Amino acid sequence: MKRPAATRPQSAPRPTPAPRPKKPLTQSHAWLAHHLYVLLASLGQFLRSPVSNLMTAAVIGIALALPTSLYLVLENTQHIGQSWGGTAQISLFLKANIDDAKAQQLADKLQQRGDMQHIRVISRQEALQEYRNLSGFGEALNVLQENPLPAVIVLQPVANITPSNTPKLIEEFKQFPEVELAQFDMRWLQRLFAMMSVVERGVWILAGLLALAVLLIIGNTIRLAIYNRREEIEIHKLFGATDAFIRRPFLYSGLWYGFMGSILAWLLVYAAFWMLREPIQQLSLLYHSEFELVTLDIPASLVLLFSGMGLGLLGAWLAVGKHLRVIQPK
Amino acid sequence: MISFNDVSKRYPNGHEALKHVNFHLEKGEMAFLTGHSGAGKSTLLRLIALIERNSGGQIIVHGQHLGKMPDARIPYLRRLIGVTFQEHRLLFDRTIFDNVALPLVIAGFRHQEIRRRVRAALDKVGLLEKEKSYPITLSGGQQQRVGIARAVVHKPPILLADEPTGNLDPVLATEIMGLFTQFNQVGVTVLIASHALSLIKSLGYRTLILEQGSLIGDTYPTPL
Repeated sequence: MKRPAATRPQSAPRPTPAPRPKKPLTQSHAWLAHHLYVLLASLGQFLRSPVSNLMTAAVIGIALALPTSLYLVLENTQHIGQSWGGTAQISLFLKANIDDAKAQQLADKLQQRGDMQHIRVISRQEALQEYRNLSGFGEALNVLQENPLPAVIVLQPVANITPSNTPKLIEEFKQFPEVELAQFDMRWLQRLFAMMSVVERGVWILAGLLALAVLLIIGNTIRLAIYNRREEIEIHKLFGATDAFIRRPFLYSGLWYGFMGSILAWLLVYAAFWMLREPIQQLSLLYHSEFELVTLDIPASLVLLFSGMGLGLLGAWLAVGKHLRVIQPK
Repeated sequence: MISFNDVSKRYPNGHEALKHVNFHLEKGEMAFLTGHSGAGKSTLLRLIALIERNSGGQIIVHGQHLGKMPDARIPYLRRLIGVTFQEHRLLFDRTIFDNVALPLVIAGFRHQEIRRRVRAALDKVGLLEKEKSYPITLSGGQQQRVGIARAVVHKPPILLADEPTGNLDPVLATEIMGLFTQFNQVGVTVLIASHALSLIKSLGYRTLILEQGSLIGDTYPTPL
């Protein structure tokens, strides 16, 4: 319901507004501004002695880069597993006197069995060309009078042929008169996976230990900073600073150490994988694979960044909790 | 404003710094605390700001029983008290402005307000033109004045001063004491620990005398 505007007589003197209550000292935006100020001030502190701080950040960066790159190695190996894992690959190395036409005949015969989803013949010439390109012994091969390499048939059995019944297949192929050697390419993959699970466990242990190292590095750095600023802390306490107020700049510098460490770790990992990319491409070509090297994607980078910052904050928190209590004003 | 009721302070090593001290300081009162060094002057000031806790008796500051105060409340008590020190205790890596601004930053004042109040406080002690300098460039007397500006910038109801004229020549000492009387005139309760007896006498304020931890004298100035 609207109140008629005319109820208040126009002539009545307007009540003078009551004096505003005194502004509360801690307003939320002042608090926020203070946080922002401390965040930037601690960055300023970081930049004021860049060499020593960067060295600390570098130690953290290396400690973070190690588990990160091991994680990437694991990721990549699992990637190999995914592209090759489901089906076994069998290579039939034919006898040296089998020419390409006979090899093709054998391939056609195998095709009729119906349990091979993919058959590829690598002719003697192709094998030689490939070897020449990739092995680096091209010059040496020129010396040879004839092609020493046999033709190869690469078989990929249908999916229901599992690693358990492949040995039977291998035995069967070995009986073929044209076949010199039948090799099951899955075995190394199985061994690799077994090794991977060991390595994976190892990576977790290593990551745990290095996270502890990061905590100790940051804790120690913050502890030194606390003792260097002892007088400042005492004065702040004398003028009524709460523990949270005193803790804040140290927590933020821990955060900055973690941040800088993560960035450095990211750069280190990126540089390392960039250097590895070309040789790995060569290697994957040797295996007829279109293997794409997995590098740090955005989610993984964010995990790295936040775990670095989290460790920085935690390390600072532990140091501050332990050492600030000891400092009391005199 | 400040009330001591049978207050004692015994250190863990057995040394008894204060023995059964009783006095009461009214709101807006100014008093000197005097005695030989080691008589317990600094200890008494420290008990008021809860830098140390008394081992016996009862202290009431600004209506609050200090004995019952939990540690987490101590910062808020200290914001009611401005303190100055004989050795100034300024932060040498900060400008005069930042030194004086410290209590306001701690209390969460806004930037413009800090600027206004710091300049007013520096103006009061006559050092406004030094706001951008660093403490190292100032004389002892000037540093003491910066310390006073810092102690009063947040307008605390209580001002405690520990030997504010300790290392100063008589002229500067009188000047500094003049500042304290000015703050007292605007309603601040002031307690100054000092052994500059002749200066204290000339100013004519209430004087508490400590000797070996006991309050042996509480003299009021005789009206002229």
